[in-house]
Amino acid sequence: MANNPNTSKLKMNSFQRQKKKEEMKKQVISFALMIGFTLIAFGLVGFSEMDSMFLVPILLILAVVQVGFQFYYFMHMKDKDHEMPAVMIYGGVFAAMLTLAALIVITWW
Amino acid sequence: MSSAATQKRGFGAMLWDYLTTVDHKKIGILYLIGGGFFFLLGGLEAMIIRIQLLVPENDFISAGLYNEMITMHGTTMIFLAAMPLLLGLMNVIMPLQIGARDVAFPFLNSLGFWLFFLGGILLNCSWFLGGAPDAGWTSYAPLSVQSPGHGVDFYVMGLQLSGAGTLIGGINFLVTIVTMRAPGMTYMRMPLFTWTTFITSILILFAFPALTVGLFLLMFDRMMGAAFFDVALGGNAIIWQHLFWIFGHPEVYILILPAFGVFSEILPTFSKKRLFGYTAMVFATILIAFLGFMVWAHHMFTVGLGPVANAIFAIATMAIAIPTGIKIFNWLATMWGGSIRINSAMLWALAFVPTFTIGGMTGVMLASTVADYQYHDTYFVVAHFHYVIVGGVVFGILAALHYWWPKIFGRILNEAMGKIAFWLFFIGFHLTFFVQHFLGLMGMPRRYWVFLEGQGLDTGNLVSSIGAFLMGIGGLIFLINIIYSSVKGEKASADPWDGRTLEWATASPPVHYNFKQLPLVRGLDPLWIEKMEGKGKITPAEPLDEIHMPNGSILPLIMTIGFFIASFGFIYQTDHKAWLIAIYVGMAIALGAMLTRSLKDDHGYHISKEELEREAE
Repeated sequence: MANNPNTSKLKMNSFQRQKKKEEMKKQVISFALMIGFTLIAFGLVGFSEMDSMFLVPILLILAVVQVGFQFYYFMHMKDKDHEMPAVMIYGGVFAAMLTLAALIVITWW
Repeated sequence: MSSAATQKRGFGAMLWDYLTTVDHKKIGILYLIGGGFFFLLGGLEAMIIRIQLLVPENDFISAGLYNEMITMHGTTMIFLAAMPLLLGLMNVIMPLQIGARDVAFPFLNSLGFWLFFLGGILLNCSWFLGGAPDAGWTSYAPLSVQSPGHGVDFYVMGLQLSGAGTLIGGINFLVTIVTMRAPGMTYMRMPLFTWTTFITSILILFAFPALTVGLFLLMFDRMMGAAFFDVALGGNAIIWQHLFWIFGHPEVYILILPAFGVFSEILPTFSKKRLFGYTAMVFATILIAFLGFMVWAHHMFTVGLGPVANAIFAIATMAIAIPTGIKIFNWLATMWGGSIRINSAMLWALAFVPTFTIGGMTGVMLASTVADYQYHDTYFVVAHFHYVIVGGVVFGILAALHYWWPKIFGRILNEAMGKIAFWLFFIGFHLTFFVQHFLGLMGMPRRYWVFLEGQGLDTGNLVSSIGAFLMGIGGLIFLINIIYSSVKGEKASADPWDGRTLEWATASPPVHYNFKQLPLVRGLDPLWIEKMEGKGKITPAEPLDEIHMPNGSILPLIMTIGFFIASFGFIYQTDHKAWLIAIYVGMAIALGAMLTRSLKDDHGYHISKEELEREAE
């Protein structure tokens, strides 16, 4: 998108301006949500009396959602032409998870 | 910078040109020179090992020095010879094959090379500074943690540097292939060598971090008093083995997949047929890479992971034989009914198929957990991995050098010498390693300094050593061939082999901007398509226009020298804290070079349209 020569400020037409505005709105909303999620996570650990069996999965879910925001909104994986980065990122996630799972299951269990 | 001004230059100017170059072809040549140098070193170490094992209870070298030899032979051959030679080939050929003018990040390309080279030099400095690493190329903890002296420290820092270089190279190739393919070059039109470069780069990207982490843990344990691998302090020595092999098994595919790519280029060219089962070949490559990540524990069957884990990893390992088998049959079918020309490059490719198949067969034998308890750490394993690594990777590199030498250097390697070198090396190779299968089955353990007389091991070891000398002579003849051809070799035309892919549409050697106009790719084997339709020339995809090129830079070398100095600081600060100064100075140099790179704008230069028109023949 950044490479599109038409996006320079002078030539930007109303359609593109509209899209930019929407994009900005999405960025701000997801940023606010991520701050909110972080506050919730800290709050749960700091102030709630929750059992850790319940707390840890909640924190993990919050973390996964945040990673999703990071990938799809801030790193633009939701946009077109991001299939290859998506394949690479999920490939990396797969390799990393496999490593962690193996170390946890066969070394430390 | 234009080609007219670069005709006659002094040695100093040429040296400066290579030290500062960001041209993918020159960096590729540097990789070949660096990798070739370390290959000779590793070969020398192999010769010393085989002399020591020539007769029973030999005392050619001491036991300690023998341990250093086997460690350095393995480490050098894998990290500093095979991989850089392949990276060099990828660097020169891959951008040409996809119709690009350079890699995506020319500066990083240069940085990657210098990190590899100085990392290798750092590792080999250990020979002169109190002894080389001696814990095996796998450097298993706790042996590597307890190994006295600084040998293993050099292993850690040297591999960390060269590993960072490889990682940079891999990412660079990925971005190049994803973003810089010429118009019309879809993924499924990419030549197999480009495909394997792509998949190899993915493996590098995902596998090398495990090595980096492992090396850092070892560094913390040895140099900073941590206890990750110290069982007495609550550590776990097995973590090293896991991390090393999570990296190490994909690593062997990082080595073999580019070689597969090389053969998939050579066999169609010299059979005058398109590659049989192109789609299956691509799919098999991807499948091998995918499966390569879940088989690492087959190196650890005897560690005691338990029957369930062992069974899972055994099955996964055997599954890899399927995509590999697909490839073997596709190569055979490529040759079937083809108009086969046999020259040096083709000889290496023909020798590869049965040799690698034997290595694959012993691989399946080793994958069987139960049998592996018998084979583990014997010469059977040594025979197996030399069959796949020499019979696959080294044959592949030599085939590729014969095949692409005219493209890279503009001269054709001498055929007669090429064939003599091939037969000596090929016969020597099988003499050396075939007999080692039986030595292993008879119970000769790997990595032992001596073997005893009268245990039936004498003849086998003698034969093996004689074979090693033949390989050495073959290697020397190849070296003489290089020198002879660079002086007296036949000048190569742009397309000496009647090639099929885009690199043969450029001059030999290619001009520094590769393609005056980016090529239009109309299908698989684009040059062949144009030849078949009577044109013989690639259609340009754009009008002639000025070309944007990157400027050379000395910063990658300076940055790497900084890390090199800092590495010495890390190694010796355990002796005396004054060595911390080396860390500060080295890191200051490296970070200073990074800062310079970040703050100083360098927009490159343009080759004008007029200049390009002037250069037209």
